[in-house]
Amino acid sequence: MADLITTTVGSGVPPGCHLETKSEQFPDGCGFPAPGVDIFQFEPIVSFHLFGIDFNIGKPILIVFICSVLMLLFFFFAFAKPKLVPTKIQSLGELAYTFIRDQISRETIGKAGDKFIPFLFTLFFFVFFMNVMGIIPFAQFPPSALFVYPVMLAMMVWVTYMYIGMKKQGPVKFFTNMMFPPGVPKGVLGILAPIEFLSNILVRPFTLAVRLMANMFAGHLLLTVFIVASVYLMSFTAVGIIGSTASFVMTVIMTAFEFMIEALQAYIFTLLTASYIAGSLVNEH
Amino acid sequence: MTQLLASAEGGGEFEVLAVPLSELIMGSIAFLIVFGVLGWLLLPKIKKVLEEREEAIEGGLKRADEALAEAAQMREDYKEQIAKAREEASAIRNQAQAEKAAIIEEARAAAQEEAAKVTANAQAQIEAEKSKAVSELHKSVGAMATDLAGRIVGESLSDDAKAGAVVDRFISDLEQSNAKVGSE
Repeated sequence: MADLITTTVGSGVPPGCHLETKSEQFPDGCGFPAPGVDIFQFEPIVSFHLFGIDFNIGKPILIVFICSVLMLLFFFFAFAKPKLVPTKIQSLGELAYTFIRDQISRETIGKAGDKFIPFLFTLFFFVFFMNVMGIIPFAQFPPSALFVYPVMLAMMVWVTYMYIGMKKQGPVKFFTNMMFPPGVPKGVLGILAPIEFLSNILVRPFTLAVRLMANMFAGHLLLTVFIVASVYLMSFTAVGIIGSTASFVMTVIMTAFEFMIEALQAYIFTLLTASYIAGSLVNEH
Repeated sequence: MTQLLASAEGGGEFEVLAVPLSELIMGSIAFLIVFGVLGWLLLPKIKKVLEEREEAIEGGLKRADEALAEAAQMREDYKEQIAKAREEASAIRNQAQAEKAAIIEEARAAAQEEAAKVTANAQAQIEAEKSKAVSELHKSVGAMATDLAGRIVGESLSDDAKAGAVVDRFISDLEQSNAKVGSE
């Protein structure tokens, strides 16, 4: 008897109620199969072993590759043979370029930031393409919701601003300038210096990565909830029609909202990177 | 209950903050390839074109400004020249007027002078002729008269003074009689 209870309670969702079995619909007796972290988990399609590392190629990394190819294709057609009087695709690309240059680079770094435009540009569109994949049909998953990709980008940013800082200010001066900002009383420095060190060296890349990942994670989860709900509630009853329709409308609204968040997060990621680079370029903190 | 936890764990091997090395490496390679192609191949091209266009637009504006300034300068010059020409023309006209008046005045003065001179010459000539005639008359009439008178009177009027007085009286008588004849 005890065993029976545990099986009914313990299995939580009865068999046949998992999201993977959408085709069977949800049989009677199934609770709402709220999507969980398992929607961020993908079985590798190809696995191989190289240099002592197991390489697993699953859906997310494939989406990243597709993003890269799409970016290269788009900007190749936009910029490969630039004309003084631009074609349509070129003017779209130019719009992107001038946006990064004027709204991000020159706004935060100034004219000195012009040589970092390629990095900021790549960063922005890499994040943007990955994010937007969350609402592109068939892909429908933002790789940036997996911590590894934001971490990868944050690492690039970290290496960049650390390198620039040490090159511009000197390897020792960079750290002393960072930890001992001018005009701070000596007593406070004892607390401030470790905090500054931690915030610049560790917290910055971590928050940069987590911010992007958490936003995409939450957005994807939210969208999935509404999509699952509109399927789950679908039936020819009053509750079914109203609930399913409302969920579907919410899905559409949330998709539009997600697009905004995706663009915004790409912008924030790039803007913060630009401000870190700007901080490394100037001597004062 | 343990089974519930176990199933939850079983379903959720997934760690939210997991960073699998293989995806980190592959993602980095993808990023670096995109960055390389964009940064070294494509973006410098568009940067150059944007700069060229900016320059072209700025150059065009500058050239237009220059042309405008030149046109304004030309117009100013033309205005100045026209004003100058007008001034010159009026000056010339005034001068011509003045010259004309002067010439007329001069010509008139010269004519008058000439006329005066001619008149004076004529007068002088007449005067000379007259005085010559008178003196000749004096001489010849006096001689004739004295001769005649001497013949009639029989006495020689050798005394010149006397003879002169007689002649004079004779001539004045003659003139008187002439006047009488003229008045009659």
